[in-house]
Amino acid sequence: MIHRMAEGPLTNSLDSVADVDRVVPGELRTEEMLINMGPQHPSTHGVLRLMLRTDGELVLEVTPHIGYLHRCAEKIGENVTPYQFIPITDRLDYLAAMINNQGFSLAVEKLAGVAVPERASFIRIIMAELNRIASHLVSFGSYALDMGAFTPFLYGFREREYILDLFESACGARLTYSYISIGGVTQDLPEGFIEKLTQFLDYFEPKIDEYNDLLSYNQIFVKRTTNVGVISAHDAIAYGLTGPSLRGSGVKWDLRKCVPYDIYDRFEFDIPIGVAGGSDGIPREAVVGDSWNRYFVRMQEMKQSVRILRQCAQQIPAGEFRNKPKGVLKLPAKEVYLEVEGGRGQLGFLVIGDGKPIPRRVKIRGPSFCNLSIANHVCRQILLADIPAILGSIDVVMGEVDR
Amino acid sequence: MNTFTTEDALRSRWSPDAKPRAVRWLAGLGVIAAVLTVVLWFLASRLTGVGYVVGIIATVATLLGAVTFLGAAAVIQFSTLVGRLLFRLAFLIFLGGIGATIVIAWIPALLWPQKPLVVRDVLAVIGAVGFVSIFASFAIWWERKVAGRIQSRLGPMRVGGWHGWAQSMADGLKLFQKEDLMPGGGDVSLFRMAAYVAFVPALGLFIALPFSVAWVGRDLDVGLIFIVAMFGLGVIGVLLGGWASNNKWSMYGAMREACQVISYEIPLGFSLLVPIMIAGTLRLTTIGELQSGGFWTWLAFRNPCTLIAAITFLIATLASCKRAPFDLPEAESELVAGYMTEYSGFRWALFMFAEYAEMFAAGALAAILFFGAWHSPLPASWGAAWASGPLWQRALHGVVFSGPLWLIFKGIFFVYVQIWLRWTLPRIRLDQVMHACVQYMLPVTMVALLAQTFWELLVRDGSTLAFVANVLCTAVGVVAFIGIIRFVVYGLRHRRQLVGTLAIEHLPGS
Repeated sequence: MIHRMAEGPLTNSLDSVADVDRVVPGELRTEEMLINMGPQHPSTHGVLRLMLRTDGELVLEVTPHIGYLHRCAEKIGENVTPYQFIPITDRLDYLAAMINNQGFSLAVEKLAGVAVPERASFIRIIMAELNRIASHLVSFGSYALDMGAFTPFLYGFREREYILDLFESACGARLTYSYISIGGVTQDLPEGFIEKLTQFLDYFEPKIDEYNDLLSYNQIFVKRTTNVGVISAHDAIAYGLTGPSLRGSGVKWDLRKCVPYDIYDRFEFDIPIGVAGGSDGIPREAVVGDSWNRYFVRMQEMKQSVRILRQCAQQIPAGEFRNKPKGVLKLPAKEVYLEVEGGRGQLGFLVIGDGKPIPRRVKIRGPSFCNLSIANHVCRQILLADIPAILGSIDVVMGEVDR
Repeated sequence: MNTFTTEDALRSRWSPDAKPRAVRWLAGLGVIAAVLTVVLWFLASRLTGVGYVVGIIATVATLLGAVTFLGAAAVIQFSTLVGRLLFRLAFLIFLGGIGATIVIAWIPALLWPQKPLVVRDVLAVIGAVGFVSIFASFAIWWERKVAGRIQSRLGPMRVGGWHGWAQSMADGLKLFQKEDLMPGGGDVSLFRMAAYVAFVPALGLFIALPFSVAWVGRDLDVGLIFIVAMFGLGVIGVLLGGWASNNKWSMYGAMREACQVISYEIPLGFSLLVPIMIAGTLRLTTIGELQSGGFWTWLAFRNPCTLIAAITFLIATLASCKRAPFDLPEAESELVAGYMTEYSGFRWALFMFAEYAEMFAAGALAAILFFGAWHSPLPASWGAAWASGPLWQRALHGVVFSGPLWLIFKGIFFVYVQIWLRWTLPRIRLDQVMHACVQYMLPVTMVALLAQTFWELLVRDGSTLAFVANVLCTAVGVVAFIGIIRFVVYGLRHRRQLVGTLAIEHLPGS
């Protein structure tokens, strides 16, 4: 029989599941606290509830409770046409909405056999990469905010204002665009967009180095994030991590290079991965798979996105911006699963048609959902202050987790 | 049709003759109160002892009343919105009242050096409270402006007109009228006590903090220890607040704070011992007077040990004041607001006031101990002729050579550096904070103290070694100061405009 020492309001079912083997009769046990890092909290990105079991400042176990942002997106997909579902996709990863639109549009186009004009593909990639930069700026800013540096957040949002102005000129919206739709994009780029885009890229590229000087190589930040929340490549793949979280662990996998979709195979860019410290300006303490590397991969990715954008700006042809199918779009009775590289990882759309205009099933693989699953595994025997460091580096957006 | 427009809504709901009547009444009362103030002041200066004290207090009260009534009359006469009336009424009371108390407290110090001790004490208390209130309001506004500029935005701009200078007043008024919430299940008396226990020591240390040689509440001969002890007392208030909130996050903040502040008092004490050793006394006025010969005589620039002690003192006070990068106790991202989470309204304002008072006290203490106290960079001997002369000459001496304004300026300078650091650096984790304290700060301060003892023993005051060390450390100080000034000037000169829109503004048709 297992004898329990103190059984009171602070011990509960988590204990009985987790440490049934740990309690030994006669052993002195300090009180463990069960703390709720509730759905409303400045540093859980969105409405995420974390139950922490802590021993003082030492966190023994973290259990995420999700579902606070569940909006039945997939069920809605069974009731509306693909055109009507595009705005729903906006709200999944609301920080990188263009990429969501692009993923769903590509899936439906593959299912229904709709061809996309070349200019439309270029416009899509411009929007997707701009949105990737914007999304990474938010991630960078809020990560710095979690670490207590208030200023980079404002700098990130300052740059983001330029990007959002570009989006607003193209489609009228700043966050949920519904711009990329079935067959292409809903409107052509406005006059002067490419010039403005190039202006922005010239302005923005040196900023990334500035932010590295301000934050990435700052000794306090380095001490807070290096060697914290180390995820090995094996664990990362086992838990289904994708995106910068996976690349931070040293795995060179990016859908845009490895399984190119749309016209990504026409562009030259690199895939940054996590590296160990000591060389090339990387802080000595950095370990492959730690929080710093996951964060730094995002900074590098912004540079690569700038590269892609410059090539797009040069190569974009004139032409049609949309090939909208005539009449009602009937989805053939088969299924298509297509993944794109979202801001946080592989965003997958499964669309099953059955001959009608409305799909039978729309399933969304949210990358943040899978990324979050590693929280319990990696947040063991860490300090309380490390939780924002780890979760911020994994960078979950609850819209994707809960859908 | 009965239409009710916005004009109707905004129009005052007073009857047509109520306004002039109210104005007449208030103006009359105000004039009476003003006359009464003058009479009471006259009477009070004729009395001694208790009568004098009573007279002074009555004068202050009538002055407040006069200001209030006249101000209210003016506002009602010129404004139709009741809301604006209330705001300006409160603003007038706040500003006028505090200003009046400070004036009444400080001017006698200039005019009457001889007066009964109890009166002096009362005036010192009033002056301290007034100064802390005004400084906290100023510092909050200043912090928000500096933070805004660092973050590429403007900060408060609207309230009060010029750069939102009345923002603190408006915030203070808002906090004052907020509902006094008690956390459910919290310990009510401890919850209330915590705010006061945190606030009173922060205020109390101003009794012993000298603003100049004669401008000190009580020139304690253990003044330095008293002030450091007051710093430590504030910890109890924070602990009480964290416990009484019945909130695990507040407990975390309180525990972290206790841990951090108490630990950093050790390097603080060690670095304090260095100027104490040089001066041979704990009396702050003596330590201040030692540095009256120009900025090269400032204790920080005497030898490398004192320079190190000055730097470690500044870092240790950063940790004691719970300011970034050591602001784990109020770590917004993890603990919402740490021990202050459950506090709202005026109680929170008390904690905030205590924090800003401590920041200024830390800066002023650094100035007194290391950076020339109330003396300007010019040697006081150059202005010796002015030190004893008519009032205007003495005032000029105070402004140019040594006076309380210089101490206030230096305190504000160090507060500015603290603000600057807060908005630039990330937060250090608690175990790293403790690691830094025990493994870096403590050995450094101990070695500095030890080296200083040997320096005192072996190096004579006028010898070449002392002179060379003095020159080198002064050079370091001057370079650092010029660096800071260059940074500030760079920021002023390269003030960026607000973010303009790239895409919208030049589109055809816009």
